Amino acid sequence: MSTAAVDIFEVSKSYNDRVVVDALSFTVSPGECFGLLGPNGAGKSTLARLILGVASPDAGKICVLGEPVPARARLARRGIGVVPQFDNLDLQLTVRENLLVFGRYFAMSATEVKAVTPSLLEFARLENKADARVAELSGGMKRRLTLARALINDPQLLVLDEPTTGLDPHGRHLIWERLRSLLGRGKTILLTTHFMEEAERLCDRLCVLEHGRKIAEGRPHALIEQQIGCQVIEIYGGNPHELLPLVKPQVQRAEVSGETLFCYVTDPEQVRLRLANRTDLRLLQRPPNLEDVFLRLTGREMKD
Amino acid sequence: MWQRFAPALPANPWNWIAVWRRNFLVWRKVALASILGNLAEPMSSLFGLGFGLGMIIGGVEGTSYISFLAAGMVATSAMVSATFETIYAAYARMQTNCTWEAVLCTPLTLGDIVLGEVAWAASKALLAGTAITIVAVALGYAEWSSIPYALPAIALTGVTFASLAMVVSALAPSHDYFIFYQSLILTPMMYLSGTIFPMSQLPGPFQRIAAFLPLTHSVDLIRPAMLGRPVDSVGLHVGALCIYAAFPFLVSAALLRQRLMR
Repeated sequence: MSTAAVDIFEVSKSYNDRVVVDALSFTVSPGECFGLLGPNGAGKSTLARLILGVASPDAGKICVLGEPVPARARLARRGIGVVPQFDNLDLQLTVRENLLVFGRYFAMSATEVKAVTPSLLEFARLENKADARVAELSGGMKRRLTLARALINDPQLLVLDEPTTGLDPHGRHLIWERLRSLLGRGKTILLTTHFMEEAERLCDRLCVLEHGRKIAEGRPHALIEQQIGCQVIEIYGGNPHELLPLVKPQVQRAEVSGETLFCYVTDPEQVRLRLANRTDLRLLQRPPNLEDVFLRLTGREMKD
Repeated sequence: MWQRFAPALPANPWNWIAVWRRNFLVWRKVALASILGNLAEPMSSLFGLGFGLGMIIGGVEGTSYISFLAAGMVATSAMVSATFETIYAAYARMQTNCTWEAVLCTPLTLGDIVLGEVAWAASKALLAGTAITIVAVALGYAEWSSIPYALPAIALTGVTFASLAMVVSALAPSHDYFIFYQSLILTPMMYLSGTIFPMSQLPGPFQRIAAFLPLTHSVDLIRPAMLGRPVDSVGLHVGALCIYAAFPFLVSAALLRQRLMR
């Protein structure tokens, strides 16, 4: 029996001859935040469904919280909290009633749910909304309620499928802060996202997916160091295809994406000097980030 | 084999109650409107047809036409309410509102959800059927003593038609398809099953078909009970309804597993 919170071994899943997850393996250790990073259609949500036992793999082994999935998924789910990609709260019910209804699915009595409700509402910053109907809540509030609902059974493992998609920056930061506090409490988080910033901020380790295959795995900063390992200059304003041969001798690597030229450089001054007389251009120099890694691995242009 | 279908079956005998209570909590907020909406149609049929046709027809099978019709309306309203709850409300919870999807992430199985939904739809059928029975009794079209015998038959009718409708929900690509079930199955069944006129009026072959219809068995249980007469072949009618409840339940659970847990 595995000590990992989630153990995925050689798992494959196809829908109508389309391979969605392709011989994928990874493990998530207890207490860590593990990110599945990939564009839409990379197989992230399918993986979340496989881990929950809501879908069955065509091949491979899945073990979650020590239980084989899907065979004993029901038992594994007792210790899992889920934030789905799209809110599926009961809109006609109040915030408090949503928690009550969900607690019952985990065989909790009304008294047990009542006992944990105040701390969950406080966690979700919804203390003043306890008796408001969910339909009246903002998008950010709904998302936080979904997160609070996922904690009703005091789960060891949280599976979060794109938890901040569709939120404004304020709402997103609040969710990130709440997730970090959960990690501080020793929870294990499996997070799927296509937000690089989210993955970089929250995840201890990540697995980059494309077409259901793992194309990289590691700690975010290690990945950035390995894959990029130098400064980035973004150049806007001119025709990037004309600029490319101009700067090529000074850069390690350069790529065009839309109207921007991305230059990966160890000595940024060289590029600046080279373009000194081009007042029409705007240069933005920055440290490399996960987005550069992702785009390097999957190709500059978003394919979906 | 067992492992493949275990998620489609109830995990234990009580998990479904959480699903039932969720639906009850939501329903409670609109209870009055829901009851009025559910009763308006069968009541207007009962009085409209009962008084109107009753005057022309006079007596049927040794009772007034409106008393004869009352039992038919009780069975029909149980059928319609269980069906509509399943094909519209439960379907919306499955397809549009993703309520089931949320429940599937908890220790409940798909089987628990389906059982909870069937039990809920049957409860609404029981409510509708009972309300009409009480009105019929209060107006003297049925016996007070009939209520304890009629209620279990109404509840069983509810379970049966909820189960059958669950198969339709499991197969329907969208709610536009439900009209076929209503117009091609339920409405003809209502005319064939002796709800509005005695089955003996049907041509022979139709009588033989009607004998197999679940609504016929419901009416054969409910009508004698309401009119204070002995019920013939109770075991046959209850057994037939149980088969019509259990088999579609298993089929719908297997179909829904295909649909939702791919």
